Amino acid sequence: MGKFSRLGNDLYNGKRSIDFIGRRWTWYAVSGVLLLVSLLGLGVKGLDMGIEFVGGAEYKVSLPADEATQETADEVRDAVAATGIDAAQQPVVTTSGDSGLIVQVKPVTTGESKRIKDTIVETTGVDPGEISVQEIGPSWGQEIAKRSAIGLAVFLVLVVLFIWAYFREWKMSVAAIVALLHDILITIGVYALSGFEVTPATVTGLLTILGFSLYDTVVVFDKVRENTRNLAESRTTYAKAANLAVNQTLVRSINTSIVALIPVGAILYVGAVQLGASTLKDLALALFVGMAVGAYSSIFIATPLVVQLKANETYVQQAEKRDRARLKALAADPYATVPVFTDDMPVREDDAEAEGDLEEGAPVSQPPAPAQQRSADAANRGRIAPQARGPVKESRSAGRQQPSRQSKSKREKK
Amino acid sequence: MARKTARPGRTLVIFFLLIAVSYGLVAIAGTWKPALGLDLKGGTRITLIAEGNPSSENLQEAADIIDQRVNGSGVTEAEVSTQGNRFIIVEIPGDTSNSLIDTVKRQAQLRFRTVACTSSNPGPCATSAPTPGDPTASDTAQPGVGVTVPPSPTAEPSESPSAKNRPGFALADDKKKPKKRTNAAAQTTESPSASPSDSPSASPSASPSESPSGSPADGDGKASPAAEALAFISNPPQEAIDAYNAYTCPSETPPVDDPTTWLVTCGAQDDAATKYLLSPAAIEGTDLKSADAGIPQGEVQWVVNLSLGGDGKDVFTDLSTSMAGSEQRFAIVLDGLVISAPTFEGRISDGNARISGNFTSSSAKSLATSLKFGALPISFEKDGTSVDQIGASLAGDQLSAGITAGIIGLLLVMLYCLLYYRGLGLVVIASLIVAAAITYSVVLLLGETAGFTLTLPGIAGLIVAVGITADSFIVYFERIRDEMRDGKSMRVAVEAGWRRARNTCLAADAVSLLAAVVLYIFAAGVVKGFAFALGISTLIDLAVFFWFTHPSVALLGRYRFFNRGHKLSGLSAETLGVDRINTVGGTA
Repeated sequence: MGKFSRLGNDLYNGKRSIDFIGRRWTWYAVSGVLLLVSLLGLGVKGLDMGIEFVGGAEYKVSLPADEATQETADEVRDAVAATGIDAAQQPVVTTSGDSGLIVQVKPVTTGESKRIKDTIVETTGVDPGEISVQEIGPSWGQEIAKRSAIGLAVFLVLVVLFIWAYFREWKMSVAAIVALLHDILITIGVYALSGFEVTPATVTGLLTILGFSLYDTVVVFDKVRENTRNLAESRTTYAKAANLAVNQTLVRSINTSIVALIPVGAILYVGAVQLGASTLKDLALALFVGMAVGAYSSIFIATPLVVQLKANETYVQQAEKRDRARLKALAADPYATVPVFTDDMPVREDDAEAEGDLEEGAPVSQPPAPAQQRSADAANRGRIAPQARGPVKESRSAGRQQPSRQSKSKREKK
Repeated sequence: MARKTARPGRTLVIFFLLIAVSYGLVAIAGTWKPALGLDLKGGTRITLIAEGNPSSENLQEAADIIDQRVNGSGVTEAEVSTQGNRFIIVEIPGDTSNSLIDTVKRQAQLRFRTVACTSSNPGPCATSAPTPGDPTASDTAQPGVGVTVPPSPTAEPSESPSAKNRPGFALADDKKKPKKRTNAAAQTTESPSASPSDSPSASPSASPSESPSGSPADGDGKASPAAEALAFISNPPQEAIDAYNAYTCPSETPPVDDPTTWLVTCGAQDDAATKYLLSPAAIEGTDLKSADAGIPQGEVQWVVNLSLGGDGKDVFTDLSTSMAGSEQRFAIVLDGLVISAPTFEGRISDGNARISGNFTSSSAKSLATSLKFGALPISFEKDGTSVDQIGASLAGDQLSAGITAGIIGLLLVMLYCLLYYRGLGLVVIASLIVAAAITYSVVLLLGETAGFTLTLPGIAGLIVAVGITADSFIVYFERIRDEMRDGKSMRVAVEAGWRRARNTCLAADAVSLLAAVVLYIFAAGVVKGFAFALGISTLIDLAVFFWFTHPSVALLGRYRFFNRGHKLSGLSAETLGVDRINTVGGTA
């Protein structure tokens, strides 16, 4: 954990940095491939909608009294699922009173219906005449679907407005929504590709992902905004500040993802390994993929997108210009910012390789302060400015009004 | 804002007291196990058989309305589906009561009519014996039987009609002066397609509009339902009187309620022996804006409050204006039976009506719920309803597997937090346990009060919420560490980090709450239930974060173990990755 913590510190002060913003096209490409695969899966395989959405057939079995127990129901469920009929892969079997069983499957052909009936007869030993078949409609009706869609649309509009109002930046709303769609599409794609049945539980799972994705994006954006708040006064560019923000929240993102994914992973494992086909597994898969993608997209998609969207703004461009000028000046006089000797300066060079040689816990010398924190004006002037404890505001004012007169040669001739 | 928690200990004590109170409430409610949903425990299956041969659209519409009735709050997770072309299946978790079955199957066709004659007050129909011995009540409305109509409608017989338990019609306000409003455009008939197959009162050809000989109220009242209804009771057509005289109460089946014509019917329940001749429908149930059950102030009986909107409100105002103070009554007709026939005590202009009668708490709520979501386009066979207990739809091992997985997951999370955050990890674990305790009590309380049931997806959702809850702490701790890396001492960093983490978490949780509120308002069914759970878990997250995690960390910050950066505190120089940590003060 020590290494990881030190990494956290390095990421925090920018000593070590992963270039999330600069390599954005790589991430876009990765996401593009994932999206393409998802869409292909959706187009080719389609979604396997459950009984709740498409309706199906219902078999009512009248058993002798007291024979309709949960065990019988479980046996029948396994037997019907084992017939290999597509529509009957996940039958819903419930007891009804103490002498009835209800078996629900998706729409089946007459032949398949006969096979299911035979299976029920074999399993329960009931007379075929005691089974009645009825057609059932979907319980997830048009009305519910319509109202949920309306709710979702209203929510998305409001969340755009909320992010806009909170960050004072509509471009962040756009990026958050793009990341959200990215997450949802990939999750749906996973469903299509894995062939899991879509049930109302799946819809719940998708909504959870929707919430998590936005939540995570807002947390990352909050740091981006904090870092870029006084861009005009800081010696950095929007892209650099945003990249630092992402690096600074990286440890938090990793931790959150681990903590959020561990329980879901446990459910997925138990659901898939112990139970086989189950609601639990479907739900856990959607959540696992969705939350992982949600954490990914906040960092790799949403933030670079914001940077890209804001690249045309005047103050961002001005910061870029200042930064370029600074780099140029540095190239012209690389020694301008070399620190002068101070008392607690390390005796030897402290490079990255040397770090590994020390045993853990040994005091490690560090340069007193990043050299760029010192005003360039103070260098080599004899006076050693005290070590800055925080960022020093650049100012050329001497604390009093400076003459605004033009030089004589430039003054208007009288 | 930015109130410093000067006394973290006190906050903690109050918070724990609140938790204790919530568990006290649970103890009063007396259930220590959450109600499980359809998939885990089973419930009740109600099979309804539609009367006649409804179209599939009507059946589906009826199923949707029933779904709203049983799932009104969205937390019950009931399932409603159609079966074949005549059946509607309703599956509700847990045991069910008769009033719930009534709520489901009641057609809830509500109409307001005026009363021309009743058996206790024959009015214009008083010429023949009130109960002739013809029980079949079919097609006896032959003209020329020779009944004379009393010419004067207002000359009521002397006996008082309000002999029974029929409290007067309550009115909300009549502060406006009784200016007569004539609403010519009032056209309330929406024709809800009541199939006229076996009408006991034949000859619906008696068009009511041809009778307003002495219109008492409006000048241009030809088209106004209020004027029509008033004209009808003063001068009912002969065939209506004949049908009325031929009818007996109580009758076996309620008559078909055709809004465009008059109706002969009986009262409901206790009042079943009273016979009514009613005008064509003055106000339709579609004008109903809302309905809810309650006990009015200063009374003990449950009532159902109705609020009318649209045209119905205007018609109601007109009716109350004309009928107030007289002995004339109007009737609230539900599914063809008169459930209440009060008089007006004054003019009612705001469309607030009230049904009073012998309601209990459950029957009043049941009626209000049925009315609120509109009338079913179909009615159900009276004897066709079957109620079965059904078992769980998921295999028994799913619940235990889910819980096992959840526990394993939580243990792993705790282990990770301990490894990474060391001493602070204890705060995470304690916070998660507190959050779990609150969630459990809330689930129990909601199960008792709102019918909240836990389904397997619901349990999975709660487990997932752990991750989101833990994120608040992670954001906070990382902030503290960042502040300490900037050279602040631990105690300063705890407060500075708190201020920043708080804003981040508030913003992020606001998004979650927004999702919960919007989806709860707009969506239906499962999605509504999800929104509810999301909102609850977000609020719990915030409560724990504000009133437990932060005070705990502030409290721990007073111990040398933490503020000197002990190796195992999770805040040592080594774990922070800095050379030494500031122990005397910060630069905050």
